[in-house]
Amino acid sequence: MLKLEQVEIDNGGFVLRADLAVPEGGKIAVIGASGAGKSTLIGAIAGFHPVVRGRLSWRGEILNDAPPGQRPVAMLFQDGNLFPHLSVAQNVGLGLNPDLRLNAAQSEKVREAIARVGLSEMETRRPAALSGGQQSRAALARVLVQGRPLLLLDEPFAALGPALKNEMLDLVQDLVRENGATLLMVSHDPMDARRIASQVILIEGGTAHPPQATGELLDNPPPALRAYLG
Amino acid sequence: MKYLAIAAGVFCATAVAAETPELTVYTYDSFVSEWGPGPQIEKAFEQTCGCDLKLIGAGDGAALLARLKLEGARSDADVVLGLDTNLTQAALDTGLFAPSGVTAEYDLPMAWDDDTFVPYDWGYFAFVHNVGMDAPGDFRSLAASDAKIIIQDPRSSTPGLGLLLWVKSVYGDEAPEIWADLSDNIVTVTKGWSEAYGLFLEGEADMVLSYTTSPAYHLIAEEDDGKTAAVFDEGHYLQIEVAARLANSDQPELAETFLKFVVSDAFQSVIPTTNWMYPAVIPEAGLPAGFEKLSQPEKAHLVPSADATAVRDEALAEWLTALSQ
Amino acid sequence: MADGAQPVGHRAGLVAAVLVAALILGCLLAVFLRAETGRGMAAADWAGVRFTVVQAALSALFSGVLAVPLARALARRRFAGRRLLIALLGAPFILPVIVAVLGMLAVFGRNGWVSLMLGWLGLPPLQIYGLHGVVLAHVFFNLPLATRLILQGWQEIPAERFRLAAQLGAGPRAMWQLLELPMLRRVLPGVLAVIFAICLTSFAVALTLGGGPGATTIELAIYQAFRFDFDLARAAMLSCIQIVLTGCAALIALRVSRNDGFGSGLDRPVQRWDAAGIAARVLDGGIIVMAALFLLMPLAAIGLAGAPGLHLLPGSVVVATLNSLLVALASTGVTLLLSMPMAITIALGRGRAVELAGLLGLAASPLVIGTGLFIVIYPLADPFDLALPVTALVNAVMALPFALRILVPRAQQVVTRYGPLALSLDMAGGPFLRRVLLPRMRAQIGFAAGLSAALSMGDLGVIALFADPERATLPLQVYRLMGAYQMQAAAGAALLLLVLSMALFWSFDRGGRWHAEA
Repeated sequence: MLKLEQVEIDNGGFVLRADLAVPEGGKIAVIGASGAGKSTLIGAIAGFHPVVRGRLSWRGEILNDAPPGQRPVAMLFQDGNLFPHLSVAQNVGLGLNPDLRLNAAQSEKVREAIARVGLSEMETRRPAALSGGQQSRAALARVLVQGRPLLLLDEPFAALGPALKNEMLDLVQDLVRENGATLLMVSHDPMDARRIASQVILIEGGTAHPPQATGELLDNPPPALRAYLG
Repeated sequence: MKYLAIAAGVFCATAVAAETPELTVYTYDSFVSEWGPGPQIEKAFEQTCGCDLKLIGAGDGAALLARLKLEGARSDADVVLGLDTNLTQAALDTGLFAPSGVTAEYDLPMAWDDDTFVPYDWGYFAFVHNVGMDAPGDFRSLAASDAKIIIQDPRSSTPGLGLLLWVKSVYGDEAPEIWADLSDNIVTVTKGWSEAYGLFLEGEADMVLSYTTSPAYHLIAEEDDGKTAAVFDEGHYLQIEVAARLANSDQPELAETFLKFVVSDAFQSVIPTTNWMYPAVIPEAGLPAGFEKLSQPEKAHLVPSADATAVRDEALAEWLTALSQ
Repeated sequence: MADGAQPVGHRAGLVAAVLVAALILGCLLAVFLRAETGRGMAAADWAGVRFTVVQAALSALFSGVLAVPLARALARRRFAGRRLLIALLGAPFILPVIVAVLGMLAVFGRNGWVSLMLGWLGLPPLQIYGLHGVVLAHVFFNLPLATRLILQGWQEIPAERFRLAAQLGAGPRAMWQLLELPMLRRVLPGVLAVIFAICLTSFAVALTLGGGPGATTIELAIYQAFRFDFDLARAAMLSCIQIVLTGCAALIALRVSRNDGFGSGLDRPVQRWDAAGIAARVLDGGIIVMAALFLLMPLAAIGLAGAPGLHLLPGSVVVATLNSLLVALASTGVTLLLSMPMAITIALGRGRAVELAGLLGLAASPLVIGTGLFIVIYPLADPFDLALPVTALVNAVMALPFALRILVPRAQQVVTRYGPLALSLDMAGGPFLRRVLLPRMRAQIGFAAGLSAALSMGDLGVIALFADPERATLPLQVYRLMGAYQMQAAAGAALLLLVLSMALFWSFDRGGRWHAEA
């Protein structure tokens, strides 16, 4: 269980409040107007914005002060998820050992993950030589080897076309199902939410509301969400 | 047994050290360079002294004195060689120097009766130019001519300071006026002798402040008789370079021996063609061929060393005022 | 970030900055403590301060202003010999002062090439001596450095940004507004501050080209205080003024400079679509040719003067060369050890004081620092034994500001861009350093190393105070040769020095090669 109890998050003067819990294995979309604080919520869970009040915990362990890399979190950013000077295999390998000293078993795991996302032929390529979709796949391969129980997506596929984006979301869904991870993804597209998320966290008025069932919420949106959905 | 061996080793080491005492001589850089007198002097002295002569170069004359002041009484130096008469009073005031008993029949343009400092060579400051130039015969005609000269800054260079005192000795209270008249002749003022002489050789000016002995280098070492020094009727300023021993030397006798060596033939005969100055005592064999062709000033000027600091400060202030406008 | 989480620590940089500050200020303090009561500052000293500030400010301004079009031309054009030209551009900066001055005057002097040509046209010779001569000489020294630093700024604009601008149909003017001006705002103030600081301690150049005692700088006043009056207090006081002036310049630069970066791209080679017009080509070509002539002619003069002297080189020059190489390599190592952590600290936004500490080495008078070191070392050890290590150390500290100017912008970029990703991957500390920061900064590290090696080769620094004949460095040997009337051999040794410095610079710079094609 991921718990945010009476939490206040500070993002450079903007304060977001949250008092909610996410069940393990949940697939949650974070929805809200632009600038409402979607990335702030995700960033706080990942450790990039300080939690100034309240408790942030995972499986009962308080995370408030844990450094980003030592949280049970794998995260993909809007862009820049790959290091341009490292090959695909190296970028994926970082998920196992940030210093890239991999043993045989780990290297094998990297190869498997790359194969799992369909990039087998491209292990030695640099990101600049990959298409946008392939770059996303490479980043997902790293998420796979990281094996963290919480996966946070901050719109990493926003730049992809609809078909490609759906393909990626399906891939994410498969990966999450395979290792039973909990997913929180920022989205501004209700279709994405319907496609992958069972629940939705709505952010409005400086508050992140507790998760609600996706279909229910989107079928009967409260006024703020209705205004956003148009 | 082991201790015995170490003790023996220590004993032997000190014994060896005692056999060849070390004499440390601070001097200016160009003296120790391989073209300077240093190497020959070292060889000659070590043949007779049964010691190890260590010549250490430290900048030029003024830097040498500054260095001694920094080191104070703890200095390793036994002898200092390379101060000139403009610095001797300041050197004496440090209380670091001891009198010597050296006397000699000096061939200096003036009488020498200082019992601390032993003169080893001397020269006249002069403006060097190419043969064929119609060189002026004094500062007034130089100022009136359109000849271009390069001089050195008195604050950072020995010849520069020499020129300052030269003008002051000759013209006294009229010195500022002379400098004001000279200002349009001065192409530039350099930090040191090397820059000035280098620029002169590149043709940046008609004349450069140097020594009457500079043409000897070109004549003897390069067989080039195209350079000469202008003789000024009003006389030339002298530079007399001296050596002295330090009161806190741990080798007082050896230091005294070295000072005696300085005025001997073995030392003096090396000076003309390595330091390119006149020896303080003309060696038995006379001056090397070529020196007789050098310009011979009629008159020598030298500010007494006791007055040097006061005259210098006044002359510098005048110089700065006259040339800064 | 939570608890100020950062991918690398900032403490090492603070430690390095404290060490540098302690070294410089400690030397100053040592000189103060050793001083007897002096006569205090004289009116002439204040005149020196005024002249120093004026010439340093003008020199920085002109170097910077002229470097912008040159760097832009070099950034926009690809031509045969471009790399060689950029490498040669580093040369004036690393020459010993006396050699560079002789080279400059061979071209611009009363009897120089330009005056000779004017003479054929029946015109009077060039009047080089005066404030304009000082500024010209300082521009000769510093224009290349400024150009390299600004060129680096250009190269740090990612290819993606140029692509975007080109897509938007941005012509040269729009490109200037969108990309180039913001970049210059970020880079130029720091460059100007560094050049200002170098010119503050200028002495021989200012005096020789200034044409007389009107061109007295603070450094010359320090010389006078030290040699003439042995007034150590005044010498140290004057050096404090140098430091304060540099500090002011640095603070202004830090305030003016904007730190908004461009984000980063995927290392695509930079390709530009603007400035394809004839006018722009002619303009760039003209600028490059003019600058090349201005900078390369004096080098050619040094080459011509030195070539006949090469066979005259005595054995002592070989020893001096080895000493110089040794010192250069050691000081490069020290520069990198100090500058990398400091650059990281500055990149993490904790850098104001660190940046100032970095400038100290350049700001303080070499004579005072040398004297201070001498005073500190003398009771403990024979200064002669330590001549080479001390020279390496001081050279390293003096190269520090240049290294920082090169390293900091890139470090900032890497940390902001990849910091969060690295943190989320738990790569903080060593792995981030080894796997991200160092590889991403290779080009800058190479450039910084090359520059500090070459600087150390060419700099007399404090060696003159410490060196005995066996431990002379090559620049000192050049001076000694000149002092012994050996002008030909000195010119040969100067040429050797020039070639070796260039070779060192080139190999380091190449080693950390930039984009494949730059």
